[in-house]
Amino acid sequence: MEIKGEIFRISGPVVTIQGVNTRMYDVVKVGNEGLMGEVIGIEGDKSIVQVYEETAGVRPGEPVENLGMPLSVELGPGLLESIYDGIQRSLPILKDTMGDFIQRGVMIDGLDHEKPWEFKACVEAGDKVSGGSVIGVVKETHNVDHKIMIPPNISGTVAEIKEGTFTVVDTICTLADGTQIKMMHKWPVREPRPVSKKLPPNIPLITGQRILDGLFPVAKGGTAAIPGPFGSGKTVTQQQLAKWSDTEIVVYIGCGERGNEMADVLNEFPELEDPKTGRPLMERTVLIANTSNMPVAAREASVYTGITIAEYYRDMGYDVALMADSTSRWAEAMREISSRLEEMPGEEGYPAYLSARLSEFYERAGRVVSLGGLDGSITIIGAVSPPGGDFSEPVTQNTLRIVKVFWALDAKLAQKRHFPSINWLSSYSLYSKALTQWYDENVSPQWTELRDDAMDMLQQEAELQDIVQLVGSDALPPDQQLTLEITRLIREFFLQQNAFHPIDTFCPMEKQYQLLGAIQKFSDKANAALESGVLIQDIIKLKSKDELAKVRFEEDFDGSLKKVMDNMDKEFDSIKGELFAEGATQEVE
Amino acid sequence: MTKEYKTITEIAGPLIFLEKTEPVGYNELVNINLPDGTTKRGQVLDTSHDIVVVQVFEGTGGLNRDCGVRFSGDTIKLPVSFDMLGRILSGSGDPLDGGPAIIPEDRLDIMGAAINPFSRLPPEDFIQTGISTIDGTNTLVRGQKLPIFSGSGLPHNEIALQIARQAKVPGSEEDFAVVFAAMGITNEEAQYFMHDFERTGALERAVVFLNLANDPAVERLITPRMALTAAEYLAYEHDMHVLVILTDITNYCEALRQMGAAREEVPGRRGYPGYMYTDLASLYERAGVVKGRKGSVTQFSILSMPGDDITHPIPDLSGYITEGQIVVSRELHMKGIFPPINVLPSLSRLMNSGIGEGHTREDHKAVSDQLYAAYAEGKDLRGLVAIVGKDALSERDKKLLEFADMFEDRFVRQGPEEDRDIETTLSIGWELLAELPESLLVRIDNKFIEKYHPAHKK
Repeated sequence: MEIKGEIFRISGPVVTIQGVNTRMYDVVKVGNEGLMGEVIGIEGDKSIVQVYEETAGVRPGEPVENLGMPLSVELGPGLLESIYDGIQRSLPILKDTMGDFIQRGVMIDGLDHEKPWEFKACVEAGDKVSGGSVIGVVKETHNVDHKIMIPPNISGTVAEIKEGTFTVVDTICTLADGTQIKMMHKWPVREPRPVSKKLPPNIPLITGQRILDGLFPVAKGGTAAIPGPFGSGKTVTQQQLAKWSDTEIVVYIGCGERGNEMADVLNEFPELEDPKTGRPLMERTVLIANTSNMPVAAREASVYTGITIAEYYRDMGYDVALMADSTSRWAEAMREISSRLEEMPGEEGYPAYLSARLSEFYERAGRVVSLGGLDGSITIIGAVSPPGGDFSEPVTQNTLRIVKVFWALDAKLAQKRHFPSINWLSSYSLYSKALTQWYDENVSPQWTELRDDAMDMLQQEAELQDIVQLVGSDALPPDQQLTLEITRLIREFFLQQNAFHPIDTFCPMEKQYQLLGAIQKFSDKANAALESGVLIQDIIKLKSKDELAKVRFEEDFDGSLKKVMDNMDKEFDSIKGELFAEGATQEVE
Repeated sequence: MTKEYKTITEIAGPLIFLEKTEPVGYNELVNINLPDGTTKRGQVLDTSHDIVVVQVFEGTGGLNRDCGVRFSGDTIKLPVSFDMLGRILSGSGDPLDGGPAIIPEDRLDIMGAAINPFSRLPPEDFIQTGISTIDGTNTLVRGQKLPIFSGSGLPHNEIALQIARQAKVPGSEEDFAVVFAAMGITNEEAQYFMHDFERTGALERAVVFLNLANDPAVERLITPRMALTAAEYLAYEHDMHVLVILTDITNYCEALRQMGAAREEVPGRRGYPGYMYTDLASLYERAGVVKGRKGSVTQFSILSMPGDDITHPIPDLSGYITEGQIVVSRELHMKGIFPPINVLPSLSRLMNSGIGEGHTREDHKAVSDQLYAAYAEGKDLRGLVAIVGKDALSERDKKLLEFADMFEDRFVRQGPEEDRDIETTLSIGWELLAELPESLLVRIDNKFIEKYHPAHKK
């Protein structure tokens, strides 16, 4: 097979080469400087290559070399704590090798090939292994054990296995057929890593955020979209998810975002502390950063690089949260490359395959049994940034068709200082049904009903608010005034949550259940009182319900909740008592 | 010396097509010799063994198939030197002021290179522009890119000039320079800018690139890149804090569209090329602060929204790259208020990292939030008043309505020469807030009210 040829034509990032045998998506080195590119089309003896780097000054006739494999990432110990660009080049190392500005023609390994790791084997010579089998463990960071697996397409019998200190390129295991296994292997980013079985999404991802867990849960292995209008607190929401969700690994892809904002993320993330272990959050995080002025082809690839790394950790049996910020910028990159290829544009100039690409990407989420028989999951949380806040544009629409959860961040709520500013009327989750059984078994059989009631009340409130705007709340009948009061409690005491309060920042399911239950109990008592003739004004005046506000900040949650509920009982008894006493007096008169 | 080719096969709009060349580099600089002895310059847009496409910066007028074409073997580079300060250059970097050619200390590729995100320092140094609506409610910080979204017939040039005159970092005496790039503006506008630079002495610390309305549109594609290259040179090699003013981005995008059409590309939204987002990003993203370097590049571009339409692709794509925008309002302009900046749709995404204790003043954010909220509500009420009349309003609403008027009259309105420091801006804010009942000031902490509210202040 001819692996060397020459450049025929250059037009921006799209380069046509000739005289080389290529397969689709093969990686080629282009020109004297060896710029990295990927074959995206073949026409006769010519191949069309999208180049990940700037092509100014490159001439026809310069040599090209086909590396004979598709765009791949290196998978092995050392991924965590890394900050990569879209094609797995470490940004700190790029900075060291070529300064503050990104120059071209630099190929660096995704992993450090010289760093020694302490490898502990867990198989013996003679054991049968196949793709995904765990053969040993490396302590990658303080709290993450990196399982070394047989690459998916290899199987055989272990002939020799070593233990001790090795680099990722040393052979640690030899199979009977002579195959040498290293700690690192490469995997093409556009190809999903195989699994043995996909599992149904019936376990919720616990985030400790009441509005997410309570009203709009995402399942482990599920997909969620989050639009990010400015000032709506997207960053805080993402950081809360990264910090608190019950996943072991976080992959964050900054795709085509602003340089200064990316700088903020790159500065802040390493300073975040993992609240569960007290260690830096970076120890279980991989960051991928590709700003809007870095080469467009690498931006297109960055999303695949991220998901492949996520899949690798999923295969070890970990739960992974992947955040893509933003998928709109990724779609822009597709649009641009498509227009360079002079493809027939679809809606708003996006390629006709936009929808297919988006769904392929989101389909790589999921809870699975890996080839090695381990349970792992990838939950994708994709940010969309619709131009002009217009949700009818193709990227948002196509995304909404695929994802099962939509967390509608709302700048208006943020302006009202309602945090997290997720709009409870326009958000949705399609997992609620699938998760019912889990809630019944792990939280309470009443939970689902409690949640549905709360949602129902909030819907009613929205309708009532329209009337209130016209006629004022005093004109409403007492039971509707009560509804407004109860939904105020739900909004202020349950939905609002202070990400910066040491206790309120994370609210376990049990606490969420108690809190919502307490509001429900108040609702029941108040309704009963109303029926027995107590005035709505007297109910609204009750102090105990407002004490509920403070309970979520208390260290002794159960104790203080009990106290409040006892007070509530007393207060209700006393207003009923008064009513009874009045009634009695009247009768005497 | 390189070969001269006489193999032009086709000339279409600003493009010429050549064949039978030796290998020519992409983006290479091209010199075209006309039969009458003049020379034009161009850049390679597409190159292959068969055909080379060149866009001609000075326009293809007068070109024919007998022209000789020489390829320079190099991409377009700008000769840079510290002595560029005080010079007026053409849109492609030649002196226009009658002075000598620039003796280069270095020659830099005008396309620039992306800053490694890992090398960036998040911007946080407050720049005082002396304009209350910017400093108070849409604060600019060093390294930010904050465009002015304006419309035709609005005084965006005056605002840009006022900023160029007044912008400084309070309490620092560091070197400061302005790089001004005009793209397709009229001679009259250019004169206005030049006159003001000379009048105030700002020219001494400015580099000016002029591509006027009658200069070739293609040149507009390189003018901003020249300007940014000069700015980066001054910032990163000479430790200066550079403010880049690009005007008008809309003309730039029109030129981009024109080139796209000439190349028969598949058009995107409204005929603009699909790569406009990346192209604009390659301009806007050249603002920033780099770790370990003293200088910085701050961008203040002017963009006139066609038909005042903020959803037009140009402002829309810009808004997705820049860190906010300053919106100039026709309504305020009609009322005779200068500068007619509408704070409600305006926004500075980096504001929060540049204000507060250690940057401006501890109460800045609270005051800004409160002014914004009260003005928004007061402005909303104007619509209601038009329907039900003023008398139907509650006392509270009447106060807010009055507040909106006062806000426009005292906070927004200021003289073109009036340089308000941040203390003055915040005091005016407090004076206005003092007109509202204290119970309405819910966005402000009590401790700030006690300390700064005119009624409590001793």
